[in-house]
Amino acid sequence: MTRETILNAALGLGLLAFPLWAYFADEPFMITLATRVAILALAGVGLNIALGLGGLVSLGHAAFFGIGGYAMGILASHAQSYSPLMETPFLIEGTKSMPVIWLTAIVASGLAALVIGALSLRTSGVYFIMITLAFGQMLFYFAISWPAYGGEDGLSIYVRNSFPGLNTLDPIQFFLIAYVLLMAALRFSARLAGSPFGLALNAARQTAERVETVGIVPYRLRLTAFVLSGMITGLAGALFADLNRFVSPTMFSWQTSGEIMIFIILGGTARLFGPVAGAALFITLEHVLGGLSEFWHIYLGLLLLVVVLYARGGIIGTLAGQEVKHD
Amino acid sequence: MSLLLLIEQILNGLQFGVMLFLTAAGLTLVFGVMGLINLAHGSLFMIGAFAAAATAAATGSFLLALAASLAAAAAAGALVEVLVIRRLYSRDHLDQVLATFALILVFSEGTRWVFGSFPLYLNIPPALSGPVTLPGGIEYPVYRLTIIAVGLMIALGLFLLISRTRLGVQIRAGESDREMIAALGIDINRLYTVVFALGAALAGLAGALVGAIQSVQVGMGEPVLILAFVVIVIGGIGSIKGALIGSILVGLTDTLGGVLLPETFKLFMDPASATAVGSALASMLIYILMAVVLVVKPMGLYGARA
Repeated sequence: MTRETILNAALGLGLLAFPLWAYFADEPFMITLATRVAILALAGVGLNIALGLGGLVSLGHAAFFGIGGYAMGILASHAQSYSPLMETPFLIEGTKSMPVIWLTAIVASGLAALVIGALSLRTSGVYFIMITLAFGQMLFYFAISWPAYGGEDGLSIYVRNSFPGLNTLDPIQFFLIAYVLLMAALRFSARLAGSPFGLALNAARQTAERVETVGIVPYRLRLTAFVLSGMITGLAGALFADLNRFVSPTMFSWQTSGEIMIFIILGGTARLFGPVAGAALFITLEHVLGGLSEFWHIYLGLLLLVVVLYARGGIIGTLAGQEVKHD
Repeated sequence: MSLLLLIEQILNGLQFGVMLFLTAAGLTLVFGVMGLINLAHGSLFMIGAFAAAATAAATGSFLLALAASLAAAAAAGALVEVLVIRRLYSRDHLDQVLATFALILVFSEGTRWVFGSFPLYLNIPPALSGPVTLPGGIEYPVYRLTIIAVGLMIALGLFLLISRTRLGVQIRAGESDREMIAALGIDINRLYTVVFALGAALAGLAGALVGAIQSVQVGMGEPVLILAFVVIVIGGIGSIKGALIGSILVGLTDTLGGVLLPETFKLFMDPASATAVGSALASMLIYILMAVVLVVKPMGLYGARA
């Protein structure tokens, strides 16, 4: 076992143990904090497939996060008001069932990622960053100016959506849902990285020409990675909206894209558990520094600067040392 | 829709485009010469606006306020370049994005700390307030007209600076081969600081000029920054000419789309939903424009390098 594996296990178990402690200590707010960590980490795991594995610096992942959120908001608000989503050509009704909402969020954000990715991946480097950012912003303004679903005010859901056999209103049960999904996404991500697809993607990130020489088209690899990445982030968006029982255009904002990226960098770029470590640190800072000063973002900014300039491996890089070379 | 209203909207679009140009010019220059993507450029825009508002409140002079915006943004730009940005030139774009994102957090919260969360107001000087009657009987605010004139003059000045002066030669040389101009005995570090401060000053001036139309508040720079990115993607990275044409295109598309689309939809829809659909679509129009340019010319209209 490498140090990173031990660290990963500690992170995974720690994220499970903390809310269980909070459950027995009767601290429901702490459970909610842990749920936020799990959901935001899930969004980061999604982005990490594009960013870490594919080398695609997307500054527009809030688009998928927001689409996931609105998938939940729209379906649940229709179920709440008993009005169908559409009647012609066929009837679509709203729903309060989490699995259906998740599936919708995944499919919708996957489709959006397909369109945005197909256009953005025509370019690379700094163009790609600016274009993904711009597309994210496009959806942000669309959500603000589209009055049907709350516009700038967003949508509120009165009761959290349901999952068969579980009581989602109980914080610990909802946490477990988020945790299981996070672990599943991490396992998927690890399998993906080791699969022929992941290896080819990694190679395309390092030297695209070599990959082309052996007859693989980097564009298709990257687009696939971008779509998978958008899907996972979209799922996280649906969960995040469910956690807050509220969705607003803020989920689409470019700050959200930046924050998802921060999780990855604080934790360690391209590390499997990087987003988990990063999201945990972010939420802890928000909770601790946010309590000390209204202006805690200054400290976050300074910390981020230090990490980028001097500690490039993030938390996991600093604690577990250099990445094991396997290529 | 009357012709007068249309002309007025075209002037509004032009004014918006000119403002975007002042912001985008610095961004594209910094990218062209140093290869750096600077998200904190919007913060420099904000710093200019706040410096102007604070100076105007203290002295009552609009000209002093403009001078202060140039000085404050250039100083902040030079300081940040020496302290942080300089270490990022050799890094990959991801590091640049993150470090400059961190700078936004520091600048925004720092400004909120100093000036508070409430917006400040910058008044248009009396000499420039009120409307002027243009040929054809169009009433148009003098101040907006002045902005257009100032912006176009600065654009001309920038072209002359880059094509005619020694600094311009160095900037162009820096774009094509930075090792070579260093070998020719030009202090590359100083050149980078000067270019960065120049771009910052332009953004700061834009912030001050816009600040008199809108309110001056934290976070005012980022929407402009993202529009400036759209401009640069359309115009081509590193090209001042592309930035100018992209800015005008984006300014006109955004302003005219916001007016014309709802009107067009009213022809075949009921007014309420026409306004809703029209304005929702209008807000996406410039991004659609960007996507179209991208499909036709992935490197932008005047872009040479990736």
